[in-house]
Amino acid sequence: MSSNKKYWKSVEELSDSSMVEALKQNEFSEDIPVEGFLEDKQVLDESSTSRRDFLKYVGFSTAAATLAACEGPVVKSIPYVVQPEQIVPGVANYYATTIADGFDFANVLVKTREGRPIKIESNRLAGANGAANARVHASVLSMYDNTRLKSPQVGGKDTNWASFDKQLADKLRKTSGKIVLLTQTFASPSTKKLIDEFASKYTSVSQVVYDSVSNTEALNAYEQVYGIRGLASYDFEKADTIVGIGADFLGDWQGGGYDAGYAKGRIPQDGIMSRHVQFEANMTLTGANADKRVAVTPSQQKQVLAALYGFVMGYSVNASLPAPIKETVKKAAQQLKAAGSKAVVVTGIQDKDAQVIALAINNKLGSKVYDADRPKLTSQGDAKKVAALVADMNAGRVGALLIAGVNPVYTLPNSKSFVDGLKKVGTTVSFASNNDETATLCEFVATTPHYLESWGDVEINKGIYSLVQPTIRPLFKTRQFQDTLLQLIGSDLTYDAYIKNVWNTSILGGASYNRALHDGVFKSNKIAKVVASAESEEADEEVRETPVFTSSFVTSVRSLTSAKAKGLELTLYTKTSMGSGNQASNPWLQELPDPITRASWDNYLTVSKADADSLGLENENVANGALNGSYATVTVGSVKLENVPVIIQPGQAKGSVGLALGYGRKQGLKEEMQVGLNAYPLYQNFNSVQSVKVDKASGVHEFACVQLQKTLMGRGDIIKETTLEIFNTKDKPAYNPTPMVSLDHEETPVTSPDVDLWDEFDRSVGHHFNLSIDLNACTGCGACVVACHAENNVPVVGKSEVRRSRDMHWLRIDRYYSSEETFEGDNEKKEGFAGLGENLSGFGEMEVASENPQVAFQPVMCQHCNHAPCETVCPVAASSHGRQGQNHMAYNRCVGTRYCANNCPYKVRRFNWFLYNQNDEFDFHMNNDLGRMVVNPDVTVRSRGVMEKCSMCMQMTQKTILDAKRDGRVIEDGEFQTACSNACVSGAIIFGDVNDKSSKVAKSLESDRMYHLLEHVGTKPNVQYQVKVRNTKEA
Amino acid sequence: MRQVKHRNSVSKLLLLGLAFLLTFSTTITYAQADAAKGKELFNSLCAACHKRYKKATGPALYGVTERHSTEWLYKWIKNSSALIASGDAEAIAIYEEYNKTPMNSFPQLSNGDIDNILAYVMEPKPEKPAGAVPVAGAQAGGGSSDSSATNSIVLGLLALVLVVLIGVLFLVNKTLRKFAQANGVELPVKEERKPIWKAFIENQFLLLVSAVFFLLISGYFVYGFLMQVGVDQGYEPVQPIHYSHRIHAGENKIECKYCHSSARVSKHSGIPSLNVCMNCHKSIAEVAEETQAEGLAEYGVDYNKQIQKLYKAVGWDAGKQVYTGKTEPVKWIRIHNLPDFAYFNHSQHVMVAGVQCQKCHGSVEEMEIMYQYSPLTMGWCINCHRETNVNMVGNAYYEKIHEELSKKYGVDKLTAAQMGGLECGKCHY
Repeated sequence: MSSNKKYWKSVEELSDSSMVEALKQNEFSEDIPVEGFLEDKQVLDESSTSRRDFLKYVGFSTAAATLAACEGPVVKSIPYVVQPEQIVPGVANYYATTIADGFDFANVLVKTREGRPIKIESNRLAGANGAANARVHASVLSMYDNTRLKSPQVGGKDTNWASFDKQLADKLRKTSGKIVLLTQTFASPSTKKLIDEFASKYTSVSQVVYDSVSNTEALNAYEQVYGIRGLASYDFEKADTIVGIGADFLGDWQGGGYDAGYAKGRIPQDGIMSRHVQFEANMTLTGANADKRVAVTPSQQKQVLAALYGFVMGYSVNASLPAPIKETVKKAAQQLKAAGSKAVVVTGIQDKDAQVIALAINNKLGSKVYDADRPKLTSQGDAKKVAALVADMNAGRVGALLIAGVNPVYTLPNSKSFVDGLKKVGTTVSFASNNDETATLCEFVATTPHYLESWGDVEINKGIYSLVQPTIRPLFKTRQFQDTLLQLIGSDLTYDAYIKNVWNTSILGGASYNRALHDGVFKSNKIAKVVASAESEEADEEVRETPVFTSSFVTSVRSLTSAKAKGLELTLYTKTSMGSGNQASNPWLQELPDPITRASWDNYLTVSKADADSLGLENENVANGALNGSYATVTVGSVKLENVPVIIQPGQAKGSVGLALGYGRKQGLKEEMQVGLNAYPLYQNFNSVQSVKVDKASGVHEFACVQLQKTLMGRGDIIKETTLEIFNTKDKPAYNPTPMVSLDHEETPVTSPDVDLWDEFDRSVGHHFNLSIDLNACTGCGACVVACHAENNVPVVGKSEVRRSRDMHWLRIDRYYSSEETFEGDNEKKEGFAGLGENLSGFGEMEVASENPQVAFQPVMCQHCNHAPCETVCPVAASSHGRQGQNHMAYNRCVGTRYCANNCPYKVRRFNWFLYNQNDEFDFHMNNDLGRMVVNPDVTVRSRGVMEKCSMCMQMTQKTILDAKRDGRVIEDGEFQTACSNACVSGAIIFGDVNDKSSKVAKSLESDRMYHLLEHVGTKPNVQYQVKVRNTKEA
Repeated sequence: MRQVKHRNSVSKLLLLGLAFLLTFSTTITYAQADAAKGKELFNSLCAACHKRYKKATGPALYGVTERHSTEWLYKWIKNSSALIASGDAEAIAIYEEYNKTPMNSFPQLSNGDIDNILAYVMEPKPEKPAGAVPVAGAQAGGGSSDSSATNSIVLGLLALVLVVLIGVLFLVNKTLRKFAQANGVELPVKEERKPIWKAFIENQFLLLVSAVFFLLISGYFVYGFLMQVGVDQGYEPVQPIHYSHRIHAGENKIECKYCHSSARVSKHSGIPSLNVCMNCHKSIAEVAEETQAEGLAEYGVDYNKQIQKLYKAVGWDAGKQVYTGKTEPVKWIRIHNLPDFAYFNHSQHVMVAGVQCQKCHGSVEEMEIMYQYSPLTMGWCINCHRETNVNMVGNAYYEKIHEELSKKYGVDKLTAAQMGGLECGKCHY
């Protein structure tokens, strides 16, 4: 009986048992979503592997792996058959060469190991031209880019050079129309001669030089005044007063490379340093470094220039400017006049009138800051000719187009009509190393080598010649543009022989070619003196004698003063990291944060707070701190750029916006690198200033910023600042007080041994390394960050990881804004807080940066504390201290507890959350054999789960010591270097041995400006900072 | 009678001997010359370019007296270029044949010396030296098996004797028991005792002690096993070319750094590139016969074949004495593998510290095949750094630091450890 009894679980079961039955059969109402991790559902269903089988497989494979691990791998070593004399495995060779990619021109030294280039350094022999910026430092990685083309192509198919030459020569011979060479600025005497020879061999050949970022107006102005198509070459070291109007000369303005000289003038010596006033719209590196920065829109910049011209010349110009700005201009003019020949005015306004007037002011002042005899020749492009070419192409007048070193389909603002025109050209040849936007549309692709695989010569400044020599055999079947030209004219010379001929006959004048090749640079003294041309000379004379306008100047000034803004004004600029976009496929550069916004892997519209509010654009920090921003649609005339992410930029002039060029490349590079938006379509008429319409668009953009806080919050002890006046007149405690701590309720300096927790170790024996960072000289250029990447095998982690604050930079350059007008104002405000309420609200206010803040940069790396907090908390003693002052990190000992990072007050330790090499999730250079060739063999490549940090380039100091020991000599000051100090051409980072009392760094330790970061914590760092001094003296 | 007979035989023998000598003295003039002295001279002066039975830089010299007159040879050897200049047809022919490479002049040689050399080079090639060796080997092998066979026979006999003795003992015992029973002698009955293993199991204390003991012993061995994982001391892989350090560094006393020259300046000692081998092996295409025999007998390796492997790799045509340009780089198997996270610099140790190569690599000059002599563990490095005094004399770099450190530690000599040679970051970065 009892067996028949039935229990109900619910009323439903009693009433409708069928439904319950169905539910019973189907425990889960829908399938468990396993596709996400088991990928192919079908395969999964069909497979007969049971759970037991799975466990068996796991067991066996674990056992097999364990057994296999007992047997060591067999490592093979293959020596040379015939070893080249100069190559010794394990010893680095250096070669002098020159980068000239059309945007960056610099004399560099290339460090090679076992025949492969691994690092770029500045060529100090070349002076100012030898200053390698971040992009030049990173250029070595661009050679090991595995998206490079590996052989020449015809019609999209790989071919060999013999057949390529035959087909191309046939086609060219049959060409009826014009043959046009559309090239970058080569600035190369040999290439010029070669192109002339090519022109004489074929009929109707012409060359159009095209700079993707144009300097046409400045070139025209210079040509008008001095009769040479070039750009003035400035030496800001000689300048006592600098007035910049929209000229980002610490960035890429007119070729850049001016930061070294500028920085030298910024270090106060004998109570003197330069005074720098900057008028600009975007917040640039230059404005950030200026003593006084005035935010003005591009149209106001013209007014400023006109007004300045008037004040310098001594008559009134009717410039429509707000009174305070006018006052500033007036004071600047007074200071310019006071400095006389040591004053200079520079402007980045893309307008011939403006450029001529700037030259006229300098002429009037008698400025000796630039050398008129040796103008820069690195920008030769002519916007008009490029426009004419596009018209010709569309009219079918071009028979063959040879494109070398430029990517017009990507960089031309009227790219569409260029593409249309390209279809009407009979023969199209692209000389490219990647299958970029232009190469994919060309019939012939003549694959070119990287500059480190090439020969060449460059005349960067007039009469200053440089040589390019290969530092490795070509990795692929590539051939230089010039070698292809030589083939086409039927010469049997190679380009290197050709260069040698040209140099021996017309450049060297009897000097040794090998010597020039060794130095990388040759300065010819046989150059003609250049004087301002008769016409402008006359004009200047008149101006000088009587304050009367010549007709041209009248119109010039009048055209400047008539400038008016129509709506928002957009200033297109190039970023420190990306430049014109030549190296978009370089992961080091993509990950290098912008010095101002600190955002990596992106370009964006910079908008002032006021404009953002009125347009409804927003920035917010999400839960993990990462920055999100609104999207905007930017319209210039008929061109519309959609979904442009917006960053609200303190210091952006109201009524102006900024956007970086060089991003948004889509062809010939990995998907990871296809970031940002192409802003070139907005670069109408090659003018970097455009009036735009900005509208809010829907959606939220996720930025990857490496720094999230903006202001210094009144913590004046992090970046100590003072004015030149106080620095000159007062003693150290007034501007650089030693922090006091309480000992038995008495104020005691933190440097006193009585307050120390630890016994002091005797550091007077042997070397004791210190790194000194001069905040006055640091411009924030970021060259050191890339140099550190290259030297120390720092991995690239990608955008999403950077957004999670997992960037691996060993060296970061912190950027701080002031919340009040000045940092001093912040300090005062903070000191003045009374009571809790004011504290809370006050600090809240201080989180917001000022509309036009002061900016300070601070490079921060491991501080190598003598009393290091990280060392005491490591449970496995992976972090320990060396006698020479370096804090050692033994990766093989680290178990990844991350206690050290948590206990580090400077937050300079980096954790390897993942394996960043040979991991498909991080498909950057370390994930392919080619990219890994850049790895420095002296430094360990770290694995997952270990902590890493700056080692103060232990491998470099050890090498210097070893070399001295082997030679049996004493080490001199300057021999010890780190990657960052070596890369820093501005002299902001100095490295050396403080036990060598004659060394620079020992002297800087004694300097009144010296302080340590967070000194009150008592960590006793081995990195010194030098107080930032601003020259605030107005007129 | 006996004595006379004896005397006769002696005189007969002498006579025969005289006749023999006389006959041969007419046929071979060089018999007076001393081939042993000739060999010495040949090895020191001629062997760089000539071989006896094979063409090298110069022609094979066996049979040279049949090709040229002795007088001509005297002139040629003493001053070949003069002979060529004089327009001698024979001389010019040879000069042309050997790519106009003139032979060195040896004016220091007397005619007697030249006779000695000629006597040596005219010795006929010994018959079948290769065949002789395996025979010798077989003999040696046979000999050893013989001795082992006798040993086992003796042992077998002994064992047999032992078995017989045991059998006898058992039988005697049995007989004695029978006798005892027959005589009514009562044998003592064995008491039933607890088995020892049971007693052991019941004794808790003993069990615990032995368990602890067992665990400790096994722990010791497990630890020992784990510590040798990744330590390849004694690693002796078979290399693509059987290269004998014993011959090169031992017998020929070639300095280590002649081949491993980068040890002077670099962190790597470097495997010499093949052009370094060819510095000598251009003229050494074959090893000496004794060496060859020794190689075959003791190491089972044909050294000449190994040299041929080198020629193939470097693309050297020994017959024509030219490089063909076809190269096949040698894939050596690396023996000393430091992990990537450890930095070691050869020049630091070899040049600055003056450490002998043998200190870490063992007596390489006695190694037929290179093997890893040292464990290359961190403990091994550290021990040496603790014990070794740094060689500071006459090195300006060390002057100041030595003065300061010796004051600090109160010692005159400083170990590498006192110099900071134990710091993690000195080797790990």
